[in-house]
Amino acid sequence: MSDFILIAISTLDATIRVSTPLILCAMAGLFSERSGIVDIGLEGKMLAGAFAAAAIAAVTGSAWLGLGAAIGVSICMALLHGFACITHKGNQVVSGLAINILASGLTVTLGIAWFHQGGQTPLLSGDARFFSIDLPGALAVADVPVLGAIYTQLISGHNALVYIAFMTVPVTWWLVYQTRFGLRLRAVGENPQAVDTAGISVFWLRYRAVICAGLLCGIAGAYLSIAQNASFIREMSAGKGYIALAALIFGKWRPKTALLACLLFGFLEALTVRLEGVALPLIGEVPAQLMQATPYILTVVLLAGFIGKAIAPKAIGIPYSKER
Amino acid sequence: MSNKTLPTWIDVGVIPLINVCLAFLVSGFVILLIGESPLEAVQWMITGAFGYAEGIGYTLYYTTNFIFTGLAVAVAFHAGLFNIGGEGQAYIGGLGVGLMCMSLDSFMPWWALIPFAIAAGAAFGAAWAFIPAYLQAYRGSHVVITTIMFNFIASALMVYLLVNVLIEPGTMSPQSRVIADAAILPSMRDVFAVFGINIANSPLNIAIFLALICCVLVWLLLWHTRLGYAIRMIGFNEQAAVYSGINTRRTIVITMCISGALAAMVGINEVMGAQGRVLLDYVAGAGFTGIAVSLMGRNHPVGIIIASLLFGALYQGGAELSFEVPSITRDLVVVIQGLVILFCGALSLMIKPTIEKLFLRFFAAKERANV
Amino acid sequence: MLSQDNTSQGAARSPAIDLRKINKSFGPVKANKDVDLIVAKGSIHGIIGENGAGKSTLMSILYGFYAADSGEIWVNGKLTSIHSSKDAIATGIGMVHQHFMLIDTFTVLENVMLGAEQSSSLQQSKKSARAELQRLSEEFGLAVDPDAITGDLAVGLQQRVEILKALYRGAEILILDEPTGVLTPQEVQQLFDILSALRERGVSVMLITHKLQEIIAITDEVTVMRGGTMVATRETAETNKEELAELMVGRKVLLRVDKEPAKPQQVLLEAKNLTLLDSAGIARLDDVSLQVRAGEILGIAGVSGNGQTELLDVLSGVAAVQQGSIVLNGVTIDKDNVLNAKDFRHLSLGHVAEDRHKQGMVTEFSARECAIMGFQDEPEFNGRLLMDNAAVTEHCANLMQQFDVRPNNPHLKAANFSGGNQQKLCIAREIERQPKVLLVGQPTRGVDIGAIEFIHQQIVSLRDAGNAVLVVSVELEEVMSLCDRIVVMFEGRIVGEMAAVNADAQKLGLLMGNAGGDDSDNSATGVVS
Repeated sequence: MSDFILIAISTLDATIRVSTPLILCAMAGLFSERSGIVDIGLEGKMLAGAFAAAAIAAVTGSAWLGLGAAIGVSICMALLHGFACITHKGNQVVSGLAINILASGLTVTLGIAWFHQGGQTPLLSGDARFFSIDLPGALAVADVPVLGAIYTQLISGHNALVYIAFMTVPVTWWLVYQTRFGLRLRAVGENPQAVDTAGISVFWLRYRAVICAGLLCGIAGAYLSIAQNASFIREMSAGKGYIALAALIFGKWRPKTALLACLLFGFLEALTVRLEGVALPLIGEVPAQLMQATPYILTVVLLAGFIGKAIAPKAIGIPYSKER
Repeated sequence: MSNKTLPTWIDVGVIPLINVCLAFLVSGFVILLIGESPLEAVQWMITGAFGYAEGIGYTLYYTTNFIFTGLAVAVAFHAGLFNIGGEGQAYIGGLGVGLMCMSLDSFMPWWALIPFAIAAGAAFGAAWAFIPAYLQAYRGSHVVITTIMFNFIASALMVYLLVNVLIEPGTMSPQSRVIADAAILPSMRDVFAVFGINIANSPLNIAIFLALICCVLVWLLLWHTRLGYAIRMIGFNEQAAVYSGINTRRTIVITMCISGALAAMVGINEVMGAQGRVLLDYVAGAGFTGIAVSLMGRNHPVGIIIASLLFGALYQGGAELSFEVPSITRDLVVVIQGLVILFCGALSLMIKPTIEKLFLRFFAAKERANV
Repeated sequence: MLSQDNTSQGAARSPAIDLRKINKSFGPVKANKDVDLIVAKGSIHGIIGENGAGKSTLMSILYGFYAADSGEIWVNGKLTSIHSSKDAIATGIGMVHQHFMLIDTFTVLENVMLGAEQSSSLQQSKKSARAELQRLSEEFGLAVDPDAITGDLAVGLQQRVEILKALYRGAEILILDEPTGVLTPQEVQQLFDILSALRERGVSVMLITHKLQEIIAITDEVTVMRGGTMVATRETAETNKEELAELMVGRKVLLRVDKEPAKPQQVLLEAKNLTLLDSAGIARLDDVSLQVRAGEILGIAGVSGNGQTELLDVLSGVAAVQQGSIVLNGVTIDKDNVLNAKDFRHLSLGHVAEDRHKQGMVTEFSARECAIMGFQDEPEFNGRLLMDNAAVTEHCANLMQQFDVRPNNPHLKAANFSGGNQQKLCIAREIERQPKVLLVGQPTRGVDIGAIEFIHQQIVSLRDAGNAVLVVSVELEEVMSLCDRIVVMFEGRIVGEMAAVNADAQKLGLLMGNAGGDDSDNSATGVVS
């Protein structure tokens, strides 16, 4: 029994670690898509952020500077997306795709040129990384059965960015549902013309939304390279941006449900590792690949309208121009 | 309206050319940024891609793949559909090719096998495109998102099959058994050898002829058949298509299936040709390159051939470049690809107003001079 | 004269709106020509005119959507420049658009405060907005549940939200663009009550409409626009529907279409009780029945947006029949026998679309490709596998020659033809096969004078060959001169019918504004009486 609890706790612990970048990216996508801008460029912004964080942290030895660099670079890419889609009314999907491919190529090209390690950045240690934080009293309660283990292992002992990620969810919720900015953000994704006639600039509002997306993707990138890992590795985002996008859709573009979707998808990934080579009763061994594909399959099934209905913001993907 | 002011040669010639130049210009800055000389890099790339027979062979071998995926994207584009799923459709299509080859290679030579392999690949690729297409046409889910999802599902499925099912017993690497020699497409070296000409060895094989045939077929399809007429009408103006009595939903599904089948032909070049087996991730991004190729080639087979050749040269030249200049790798080509998609796709409208203004000013000046 | 008045008596007496010499062109089209308009404070000022008279353009300029090419806008005696909706709101102008500018998923309160929130915190903004909304609701008698989801509300209530939105922003001048188009008669009455209440409290209202009855019922003053210019301004008390209808339609030189009297024979096209609901459940066609006989031209008159488009769509197979049925050349089409546009063509129906840019042609196509739209599957254009492009080109060249389409080049992109030549090509395509039934939407929209006569002749000669023609046009002149029999549509219903020889602009104008004689009053709304 206690074995089971230990396994459960460690699986959930892994879930939290795996879900962190998903949550950050899903919230990033939420800002962008709620404003009417399709964001398939989450992946690229995160990857570019990861590289910037690792590179700057390696050079300066400061994790916080690395985080700042990640955010800066990611916001620049978000602004590029905005420049193409908002200012020049370009195709949002094409632009996002360009950003992903650009990030994939640039990170490795610059990495090799600057660090000569085959696209990797130097291994980080000490202050150049975010290390796990022990919450107060974690050691003291460690021996309390079950609850102690939950507190010490599951809740305590993560790095700062994990806590930041989980905090972005209520913050996003608050911004989107409790502030003037959020009201306008939701409005512009539904009916930009109504926003325009209400005397609000659609352009500026959407630019702010993509900047928010850039900020959060930057944090996600920093998490990958200087918190969860100790260096940048080529293609280290490995489709997480797309899973986050799927989670956002699966969560119907709402913070709380998107969080649950991220945790579900993260749990599936953690479970995949855990179940590697383990035969389950009745079912037998579940192929890892099936588990990996499950988030995508679930999202397609949802989109097809077989389980509930995911209704996208009404004006998503359509460039806004005044002429009628 | 703007069509009236700008002549066609500017719209389909000059503007794309300027956009491509912008992409290369920015790429040049990237090379400067890493402390190398852009001009030297261009030199190495050209030498690598066209400077010697083997290089040319590799260039054309890459070109073959890009023609297939570029055509796939273009056909869907003409119907107003953005098929990002070329990568997955090519991957699954290759599985079809591989399965057919492996089941028939013991008693058929390549020339007898190839129609079956093409049919199997096309069927698999089309099937993989069918589901997103059906969901778009009949259930209203967007083809962009579903094809992205299907790329990942395809990838997971193929890993599973290669690791657990297709793997050659007794080996460790996730790939199928090698197809019998007689069933593998002749390389271009073999073809030339028949005529007594000796050329350098490269993965280039006769699939390139299939690619060119596909270009002709796509051209015929789009501009010389009823289906192509319907496809283009839906892309330009769906209401007009309904007015003309076209079944738009069915046409959308058929178009996506054709697109998927075209992407699957990468499997002929790779599985039945260059690699001779199904292996992990053999598409290697060709599906995404197809998007750049199609955008740059203005969705026309001729444009696609030119753009594919350019990207083939970039891939091969990039390999040469990374060999000669160690601080540059082939990933630079990915950067260029991203920039081409950015400038020819997302920012394609950026320079148009400027060009329009310049053109009108020039035109007006000329008018005045004539008067 | 008036401005002198202003300076002497102070801003309090100056007009709410004073537009001077407003000009606006879209390309070669002059939408507003030297428009002058004065709206007195605390009055309801009607602006009436046909489609394309320039009403909407003028209001868009006033609300900052478009910049005028020249002219001055004076608000409350002050020269102002309005570049955006924000400027308009700041000067105290509010607008209720024809298509509501509301977020369906928001509550009423959220919609009202959007863009005019008091605080960056939503809770606080809502609190103060709720109080203000309460006050406005009471003052003007505009009761709405502030927490209702806007998309769930009836159209009349949504409009009320729009009005509240404007008032919440402190609007002293309220523009309403065709506000009654989507309302039920009861809702119209309620709206008018609201407008009267607004007037009493000093709000100036500008009511843009094409419905004469409304002008008479509610306005203090009325301005008539035609062809982008101000034709006349009258005290409402000193005018009547008849005069306004005449001013609105104008006394244009009658187009003469040479034609013999019609010799109607058997019915070739019959619509029986057609009803069509849009996605919002609003009836766009409401129990429409009509017959078109061989050898006659039936005209459908009406202000655009009153169901003519939907009628053409259903009669041509573009939209599926929902309720009722169509009998075309003896074949019944109803919801159990749904046919598409191609099937309709096979039953010998031709259809010249109302809007060639949206439906009737593909401007990116070449002329030759446009010349076979709807006939792309005919054997004469197809070989076994490939299309017979030579035949298509030849067909187009023939059409171009017969119908004098210039330039005579089948390979030219459709967008590069003038409007008249595009239309000639569309009509040529549909007429060439001598269809038993021809539907024509807006036969001469955007067509030059020379081509108009030619197009009319073609339609008449098709009739004389014993075929049935149905013409939809918003040009009264055209309907009267071209058609043999006329029905008038209003809000999806047929509200009147007459022989063309008995029709005049005034009669038709009254029907189109749903202010017709006694016989149509019965079937029409309660508002009229």
